[in-house]
Amino acid sequence: MSTDSVIMLRRNCKHTVRNPTAVFNAVVFPVVLMLMFVFVIGGAFNVGVSYVDYATPGMIVLAICYGLSATALAVNSDMTKGIINRFKVMDISRSAVLSAHVVASMLRSLVAIAAIIAVAFALGFRSPASFLEWLGAIGLIVLVCFATSWLTVALGLAAKTPESAGMATVPLIMLPFLSSAIVPVAKMGAGVRQFAEHQPFTPIIETLRGLLTGAPSAGNAIAAAGWCAGIALAGYLWSLSTFKKRA
Amino acid sequence: MRTSAIAASGLRKAYGDKIVLDGIDLDVPAGTVFSLLGPNGAGKTTTVNVLTTLMKADGGTVRVAGHDVATETRAVRAAIGVTGQFAAVDELLTGQENLRLMADLKRLDSGAGRRVTTDLLERFDLAESAQKLAATYSGGMRRKLDLAMTLVGNPKIIFLDEPTTGLDPRSRRTMWDIIRELVADGVTIFLTTQYLEEADRLADRIAVLDRGHLVAQGTPSDLKRQVPGSHVRFRFTDVLELDAAARVLAGATRDDEDLTLRVPSDGGVKSLRALLGQLDEHSITTEEFSVHTPDLDDVFLALTGHASTGEIAR
Repeated sequence: MSTDSVIMLRRNCKHTVRNPTAVFNAVVFPVVLMLMFVFVIGGAFNVGVSYVDYATPGMIVLAICYGLSATALAVNSDMTKGIINRFKVMDISRSAVLSAHVVASMLRSLVAIAAIIAVAFALGFRSPASFLEWLGAIGLIVLVCFATSWLTVALGLAAKTPESAGMATVPLIMLPFLSSAIVPVAKMGAGVRQFAEHQPFTPIIETLRGLLTGAPSAGNAIAAAGWCAGIALAGYLWSLSTFKKRA
Repeated sequence: MRTSAIAASGLRKAYGDKIVLDGIDLDVPAGTVFSLLGPNGAGKTTTVNVLTTLMKADGGTVRVAGHDVATETRAVRAAIGVTGQFAAVDELLTGQENLRLMADLKRLDSGAGRRVTTDLLERFDLAESAQKLAATYSGGMRRKLDLAMTLVGNPKIIFLDEPTTGLDPRSRRTMWDIIRELVADGVTIFLTTQYLEEADRLADRIAVLDRGHLVAQGTPSDLKRQVPGSHVRFRFTDVLELDAAARVLAGATRDDEDLTLRVPSDGGVKSLRALLGQLDEHSITTEEFSVHTPDLDDVFLALTGHASTGEIAR
């Protein structure tokens, strides 16, 4: 990362620390959701394994997506509050502001994920995964954070107001619910099932689940990596073009 | 030798089919204050955006600090400081952190960064609020912080886009003092304003921008010379009185909407007495009268045929 990006990242981290409710929210909501599914609803699902083992990978992805609204808001308020015009007439790297947002977003997500994993273990989650499989899982998590962060930066840039920036991330938050995060796709009704089978989060979650339960599948892994690369590239290109347009 | 800090020629810019700048030529000598004067929508901000690399012109060339804006963008950016119309401060950082951020981005080492920050906070009377978030600052404080941030790294050319719009009179005076101090330090200032008084007080040279054209350029006194001399303004209670007065006073121009009459006059006691005597003789009652020495408002009216603010803004 360039020096400019590091300076900008420091700025974003200060923002995050200044806004503890957003962080609290991003950590606590997924945890509450997890507790609810494991203790209240999950007992009714027959997923073949202990429900907490089944749900943890999905909850990790859900935590990533849930944290994204803070990123979209932060990017949008940068664009609407005038400070961006100052950065633009300074001799600093054009993309520093954006890449700092991506890294800050990833850091926030990783904090939320650490909390989710800690809670999962407390609830009895056990993983037979090897060290390499854990490494793969962490790699995939970072990749998903990276891809969704770039997409969210683009959404935040494209939105006219902070309100619409917040709204723009709602589909991203909803998508994991319509994937294999909570129940296996095979148990879903026709229509929803086809959608769930072909949307990006299903292969991502299945890959993560495979890695954490010690039975990764290559097909899912390739699809997951492909989706992540595609989303990251699309988000990156969309971000840059929107950033240039919003002078 | 006189060097140009900012030189633009044939600057053109259009948004779709709306022409905003239609062939602007500017030359600002280093170390002077240049004021671009014009009503809302005249193209002032567009001009600043083009000069400061925020926007590409459709035609014409611009050199700022000796660098071409189109091809040597980075060199231009490194030489200038810009304070736009809306305070560009980071609201989630304190005043001090905002300044330190600028110092970091300008690559000042931490000692120099701290020194500059402390100096600027003192100078702009913000030391007391240095540890508070900029979000809690008043409008005037934000403007001051904004300008302070622009000064980090000592830019040689500073663009100020309507720096006092929306400020209370006291903050406006503070801003003027700061601008004068900067000039004393040898900084070149490019100032846009819709306040004629402001341009008159601060600028070495003024250019009047109207609907994308420069309608005049010169020193404040040059411009004042272009308008007819001083005049007396009478206001009447109704049209009948106005009619009567217009018949009596030779060379007067009337404004039916305001019920006023402008009569050329040197404004001296003797000629005033004569004018009032004439009105008295014909039993015309005037509600009020005032003596005007030409100001830039008159310049604007004389140059463009319409008032500086008001008509267009409305």
